[in-house]
Amino acid sequence: MSATETFYEVIRRQGVTRRSFTKFCSLTAASMGLGATGASNVAHALETNPRVPVIWMHGLECTCCSESFIRSAHPLVKDVVLSMISLDYDDTLMAAAGHQAEAILAETKEKYKGKYILAVEGNPPLNEGGMFCIDGGRPFVERLKWMAQDAAAVIAWGACASWGCVQAAKPNPTQAVPIDKVITDKPIIKVPGCPPIAEVMTGVVTFITTFGRLPELDRQGRPQMFYSQRIHDKCYRRPHFDAGQFVEQWDDQNAREGKCLYKMGCRGPTTYNACSTVRWNNGVSFPIQSGHGCIGCSEDGFWDNGPFYERLSNIHQFGVESNADRIGVAAAATVGVAVAAHAAITALSRVAVKRDDKAPPAVK
Amino acid sequence: MTELTHAADLVAERCRLKKALLDVNPELTQTADIVDSVGERAVVRRTVYVYEAPVRLWHWVNALAMVTLFVTGYLIASPPSSPTGEASAHFQMGYIRFIHFTAGQILAVAMLGRIYWAFVGNSHARQLFYIPFWKGEFWRGALLEARWYAFLEKYPQQYIGHNPLAHLSMFLMSTLGTIFMICTGFALYSEGEGRASWLSHAFGWVFWLFPNSQQVHTLHHLGMWVLVCFTFIHVYAAIREDIMSRQSMISAMISGERQFRDEV
Repeated sequence: MSATETFYEVIRRQGVTRRSFTKFCSLTAASMGLGATGASNVAHALETNPRVPVIWMHGLECTCCSESFIRSAHPLVKDVVLSMISLDYDDTLMAAAGHQAEAILAETKEKYKGKYILAVEGNPPLNEGGMFCIDGGRPFVERLKWMAQDAAAVIAWGACASWGCVQAAKPNPTQAVPIDKVITDKPIIKVPGCPPIAEVMTGVVTFITTFGRLPELDRQGRPQMFYSQRIHDKCYRRPHFDAGQFVEQWDDQNAREGKCLYKMGCRGPTTYNACSTVRWNNGVSFPIQSGHGCIGCSEDGFWDNGPFYERLSNIHQFGVESNADRIGVAAAATVGVAVAAHAAITALSRVAVKRDDKAPPAVK
Repeated sequence: MTELTHAADLVAERCRLKKALLDVNPELTQTADIVDSVGERAVVRRTVYVYEAPVRLWHWVNALAMVTLFVTGYLIASPPSSPTGEASAHFQMGYIRFIHFTAGQILAVAMLGRIYWAFVGNSHARQLFYIPFWKGEFWRGALLEARWYAFLEKYPQQYIGHNPLAHLSMFLMSTLGTIFMICTGFALYSEGEGRASWLSHAFGWVFWLFPNSQQVHTLHHLGMWVLVCFTFIHVYAAIREDIMSRQSMISAMISGERQFRDEV
């Protein structure tokens, strides 16, 4: 594929009409909240910009990000993969295999030096010299660093690449680390979630290919347009939270009536993601709508802030089943008993010893 | 005639005592002379003005705000049972959170005022905000006070301000604890206010330290229990010292005057 071919040329070649193309641009612009001129900007970019080569690498992962990505509805993943970007390497989706596939990596690195986007799903384990994830005969961490050298920007797909996810949860035997621990000299856009929402993934790709730059990121490196609000802020069950109406048990009447899942450990109040607005599977539903609390899968270290079904997180330093309240009540009770005992001893010693007001020490 | 001479002697004696006291410690500017019913004996008690009005006001505002924050904070993490009926008819969690946030704002503003007063108030107003770490006298005093609490000392020490052990625990648990709670509390509050809010700009750095908001919730919750423990100890120590160390503690935080109940 030639790098000078534009998206527009590709999709027209595939038989997409001008009308469908315009509709696609409007929908994409609307889904990204780009405003009145957004659609024409998208159209203009797709008509003139060469397609961006994308290398999609897989480290220590479960491939749920890919599974999510291929279910994108707005835009359809077919449009993204076949038209918008030039997905030159993705060992899960590509037809090529073995040496043929490996050759593409080297070729892209050389031919599009400083121009391609490196999308990373999963993360590199560092323990034992990176031997816990071997890819193409080499530790993944080496290949990742090697491909990152000449990338224009890096996309960290999912909680693995962004924060470490389950393989980096305590005690993290493989020393899996988020990719920004090994790639330090490139702009990294984090798209966390386990997996991220399909439309969020394709939306980020569309933004980058459209505007030729990364979207505005928050202080944790996530695109503001999808991660600036908590699930809780836009949750349709929020009125029940404010009213104090909670599901108390999984099978109670409040659960059937769709009351707030806060007491059941819902992490909506501490999770930044677009689930409560974009939702999943073409907007069909999202966990809370299905009656299950949010587990905070797009947050840093969410596995270590469980249990998912309790409001308060466990604090393992004080025993497996400890949380802030158990520790606090124990500490306060200890102090209370100590104070009472101390007071009792004081009172007894005061009775026993004759009061002696003489020999007072000097005031300091 | 003899009685008059006696009375004159008493006055002279009191004047002498006051002068002697002022020579010893110029801070002892006020003395209360107490004469018993038959006028036989004059007792001079040393009284020092320690806690200025803004400090006392802060103390009680802070105490009230803190207790309110304990109760509402606990209820936010463990909400009371759900009211039935339409959501539109209730605002239970909303009110609990409103009270918590209001008390938090009051606590924070009071703390700012208190910090201001540390600069413009008397030397005792500064005590809560530093530890004389390099002074051996301070650590010896703290040890002595710890021995007093372990029933190893026969006589309590008397200090015009806080004793070194109280000073230490107040700085570590109360001052640092409250500042920690203010920072984490406002960081959590800023999440609802949104990224563009000034609170988010001012306290967003908390999420640099603890990227997951759930962690900040956990720490904020633990911080509450530290302050609850401090409150227990603080109240007990104040009452105990008031009785045992022959100096006013509780009324000192009302009138501002520390009275030493030893005869001079």
